[in-house]
Amino acid sequence: MKVVVCTKQTPSTTAVFTVRAGGSVSWDDPGGKPNVVNPWDEYAIEEAIRLTEKQGGTAVALTLGTEASQEALKTALAMGCHEAILVSDGAFEGADSLGTARVLAAAIRKVGGVDVAFFGKQAIDGDTGQTTVQVARQLGWTPLTFVSAIQAIDPAAGTITVARLLEEGKQIVTARLPVVISVVKEINEPRYPSFMGIRKANRAVIPTWTAADLGLNSSGSKVDWSNVFALPARESKVEMIEADSVEEQARILVDRLFEEKVI
Amino acid sequence: MSGVWVWMEQRQGAISTISREAISAGRNLAASLGSPLTALVFGHNVGDVAAAAFGLGADAVIGCDDETLADFRVEAYGPLMAQLAGQRQPQVILAGASTRGRDLMAWAAADLDAGLVSDGIGLGVEGQTVMVTRPVYAGKLLAKVYVKDGPQCLSVRGRAFPAAEPTGATGNVEWVTAVVAESDLPTKVIGFESSEGTVSLTDAKIIVSGGRGVGGPEGFGPVAELANVLGGALGASRATVDAGWIPYEHQVGQTGKTVSPDLYIACGISGAIQHQAGMRTSKVIVAINKDVDAPIFKLANYGIVGDLFKVVPALTAEFRRRLGK
Ligand SMILES: Cc1cc2nc3c(=O)[nH]c(=O)nc-3n(C[C@H](O)[C@H](O)[C@H](O)COP(=O)(O)OP(=O)(O)OC[C@H]3O[C@@H](n4cnc5c(N)ncnc54)[C@H](O)[C@@H]3O)c2cc1C
Ligand SMILES: Nc1ncnc2c1ncn2[C@@H]1O[C@H](COP(=O)(O)O)[C@@H](O)[C@H]1O
Repeated sequence: MKVVVCTKQTPSTTAVFTVRAGGSVSWDDPGGKPNVVNPWDEYAIEEAIRLTEKQGGTAVALTLGTEASQEALKTALAMGCHEAILVSDGAFEGADSLGTARVLAAAIRKVGGVDVAFFGKQAIDGDTGQTTVQVARQLGWTPLTFVSAIQAIDPAAGTITVARLLEEGKQIVTARLPVVISVVKEINEPRYPSFMGIRKANRAVIPTWTAADLGLNSSGSKVDWSNVFALPARESKVEMIEADSVEEQARILVDRLFEEKVI
Repeated sequence: MSGVWVWMEQRQGAISTISREAISAGRNLAASLGSPLTALVFGHNVGDVAAAAFGLGADAVIGCDDETLADFRVEAYGPLMAQLAGQRQPQVILAGASTRGRDLMAWAAADLDAGLVSDGIGLGVEGQTVMVTRPVYAGKLLAKVYVKDGPQCLSVRGRAFPAAEPTGATGNVEWVTAVVAESDLPTKVIGFESSEGTVSLTDAKIIVSGGRGVGGPEGFGPVAELANVLGGALGASRATVDAGWIPYEHQVGQTGKTVSPDLYIACGISGAIQHQAGMRTSKVIVAINKDVDAPIFKLANYGIVGDLFKVVPALTAEFRRRLGK
């Protein structure tokens, strides 16, 4: 089987953001690495690797981003992906989800012969979770979103059965390959990169595909994201409820909550 | 290109809360744009649901009733939505940002070559352009986003807008036919494992959550009891989910659910930044923690420093007394 996993490099979950006049955003992480593999994508990477471990074949990690997002691909390689490809071009900067989907779909087509393309549930920078379906539309493949288990896959017959985690339960669906899948956290427990894996990843030369390589001029984005601003501060200051007994504390707190009209 | 469309999500003949919120957001948007509001209702045996959309504020309703639409499948709903919008050219298509709404808007936008903005928490109009305010970077920042040209596909986050309440208004539904036959659909739904019966976290007005401080699976007992008395939902931190004390469905936070209840009570939760990412927009936050320096107190409106196994049962008893339960 040939599987692709699309992974994005995002700010870390503990990153601290600064917005400059004009709306440009920068971030740093005083306690760690400012950029990481999008946490939701770790599950997608793990599932891609597991599938090739079971079925044989190759898992190719794919990122659209700047040169620096090679780091995300190195993590994917260290975990066990067989190949990695960076798609990078100034022409793709500021791509919206449809623009991103066009570029990723073109790259998946160029990889060729792909049975399953894995995605994370959402990227934690934009938190949109729409790229998966849009890639599927560009490719004309079936999207299977919010997948919590691959129950069966038969590459020879070209069929797959998955469970999808919806608000009110799990929907069990069968589809024909090729498919585009987004996974949720329930699907697996991502492995840590092995020592050997890290060494291999550090030596790997990751090819870069440009707009010209994909036969595209631009991402064709339509959404303007430039106006970013800091949150209005939460004006509340905590009121500590103190009293001689927990019963008294409970009484005071319940009074406050009735006054707040939230009960 | 004119008009505001709202997709009304229904399950087993009931319109979901998030769609009642979307239609109330759509109503205001239509008024600001000076254009009509059209509701779309797709499904099987949805005559009553479609007619009910008039009562929720729609000026017109387009319905499609077909066996292929009985279960939500984006491969069936997407082409229908895209075809209708392609023919009639609405300016805005709106849905709730549920799992289904997200998929449907993504499909429609891809096929219509339209700009797509998810998770709106504020909608405004400048000139004739719709401006969407949405959280970015896990709610650490906000962005004001707009679509440069063409139709706009938008989704709104749960509990960001008040839900429309039914009035007596009625009207005639315009029925259209489905566009994909069952034999051409690439997926089959072969089963459903319901988890219903528990209150949905994203719809809940009140959430009581437990963290590592509950000490183990049994420790969720008193926390769940408080949630129960308040008619609320039970939440959890990732630490407790990872420990296997409670299923993942309950996890609140950056890699769990994003919630925005009127009242969020955090019991034995330290308030890590990733947990905050999922609950910081709650209206009133109460923290119960034995460590006075726990970061959750920086976010909370009310705090009690103490042992949750004493404080939570006392709160439950007090609420029982006041609510006469
Ligand atoms: C990529 C990534 C994604 C993440 N996503 C999420 C997410 O979605 N949701 C999430 O919650 N976390 C998430 N986390 C984890 C997060 O960083 C914290 O580890 C986690 O939230 C801690 O859970 P906790 O508050 O229950 O545990 P702890 O931090 O251990 O806190 C337990 C608290 O309980 C208090 N306590 C102990 N006993 C008692 C008692 N008897 N009475 C009262 N108080 C008591 C302690 O004082 C302490 O403050 C994520 C982390 C990463 C790296
Ligand atoms: N620039 C990118 N490069 C590679 N994959 C991406 C990129 N952006 C989004 N994705 C994939 O699409 C998923 C959903 O992203 P989003 O729709 O932005 O929330 C992510 O979890 C990734 O798997």
